[in-house]
Amino acid sequence: MLKLQNISKKFASNSADEKIIFENLNLNIKKGEFVIIVGGNGAGKSTLMNLISGSILPDSGKVFIDEKDVTNLPEHKRAKFIGRVFQDPLKGSCPNLTVEENLSLAMLRNKKRTLHFGINKGDRENLKHELEKLNLGLENRLDAKMGTLSGGQRQAITLLMATLVKPKILLLDEHTAALDPKSSEKVLNLTQKIISDNSITTLMITHNLNHATKLGNRLIVLESGKIKHDVSEEGKRLLLKNIFRN
Amino acid sequence: MQILISTFSQGLIWSVLALGVFITFRILNFADMTAEGSLALGGSICALLITNGVNPLLSLIISALLTSLAGLITGLLHTKLKIQPILSGILTMIALYSINIRIMGKANLSLLGKNTIFSDFENALPILKENPTFSAFAIGITICLILILTLNIFFKTQIGLAIRATGDNEQMMRAQGGNTNLKKIIALMISSLLCGLAGGLIAQSQGYSDVNMGTGTIAIALASIVIGESFMTFFKMKNKILSALICAVLGSICYRIIIFIVLNFGMNPSDLKLFTAFVTAILLGLPNIKKIKEAKKNA
Repeated sequence: MLKLQNISKKFASNSADEKIIFENLNLNIKKGEFVIIVGGNGAGKSTLMNLISGSILPDSGKVFIDEKDVTNLPEHKRAKFIGRVFQDPLKGSCPNLTVEENLSLAMLRNKKRTLHFGINKGDRENLKHELEKLNLGLENRLDAKMGTLSGGQRQAITLLMATLVKPKILLLDEHTAALDPKSSEKVLNLTQKIISDNSITTLMITHNLNHATKLGNRLIVLESGKIKHDVSEEGKRLLLKNIFRN
Repeated sequence: MQILISTFSQGLIWSVLALGVFITFRILNFADMTAEGSLALGGSICALLITNGVNPLLSLIISALLTSLAGLITGLLHTKLKIQPILSGILTMIALYSINIRIMGKANLSLLGKNTIFSDFENALPILKENPTFSAFAIGITICLILILTLNIFFKTQIGLAIRATGDNEQMMRAQGGNTNLKKIIALMISSLLCGLAGGLIAQSQGYSDVNMGTGTIAIALASIVIGESFMTFFKMKNKILSALICAVLGSICYRIIIFIVLNFGMNPSDLKLFTAFVTAILLGLPNIKKIKEAKKNA
């Protein structure tokens, strides 16, 4: 499903501050896998996500999605296949647009935008129904400005926006880290539900040991740009115990 | 009464510029200085066409459409060459100064004795002949209504929504599959088109086009927009696109009334730009000062 082939990436190349993030990184992710990525600061977790989404391009190497070479496809074209939720709840939605307008933008992620109205009646019912599933009482706040919602509510909606058009790959970059424990738990449960209901191939970065234990069927530990451990569900529990004990 | 109506008409005609600047400044969040050059470009092309015997209404439309190219240039400078928004606009504006003189062949072009949309309108409706101020008012209000309705619909379409989202959160728009560069260029072109339309209207209304007619006008447009926004806060209007557009027009009319009053109180006309800049700065800054005070109170 997702293949990274010999990816190399340097920042500030040819300067004194040159920092090699990845050197010949290879990664293969199969359809339906839910991969948890852990690793210290600067290990390259977010860079990995950015390389997959296309917000940064590799110096060398190739990125394949479903056997298709997307290495040179710009971010907005890759968005057809990729749903993304950022750590900062403010990054995933437009504060000055309404909930409904935000969601309607997400409905067109894989389509060409035209001069048809952004929202019609059928969409409205549809979106209401989707919001009901979140169980946060947001279905009656379609006309509310996104900026007036709480961080947890915004992150839940961003998650919905990322999956409204079913993506081939869902990227979650510490998407519950900026939330209070209660909202964090809520958003995480939603994440689990949405992913398993739609069987979406997912990569999730987390610093939270509980989340790493609870979720996912594959665990990757990154350390200075190298994959230090890569284990499936069985090995995960054991490995986590070892890593976090030290 | 006559004076009041002519002040209103002035406000309506200049509100076209305010609408253009509103699109870049408020919707796209792009400080676009092209507006000043676009205004003069619209005026220059329009004046050139009219002096060559083209129908005034047609001249107005052609000049507006051509002026949208100024927005295209600014857009390309910003998206392809990655030059900052403010600088991209300034570069286009500077270049347009020379282009406008090329178009007119000199620094200004008089429309004395030529037909304009205003005189055409008076000829078409003989009642207006006795009250010429009404024709500017009628034309101004018709154009403003058409623009407000069209823009209101446009910003609710899929492309329009994507433009608003680009201004609000560019990163998110890209993550949702939006080509944000293209959206910026479209918005800049529409904005320039409106500024050009304003230029054509102003040239026809004042009877000449001048290469310097755009200078300082961005402050007038901004003043109109912020006056309009203070209406919205005052009347506690919902911040919908329609009310924002209407308020920009009302703000422009209000600005003209204020100017009329201060001039009558004996202000030197050359001090008007200082006055406009002052009012704009105050109105732009007030909400921020309030926010800082509130934050201090809560802290």
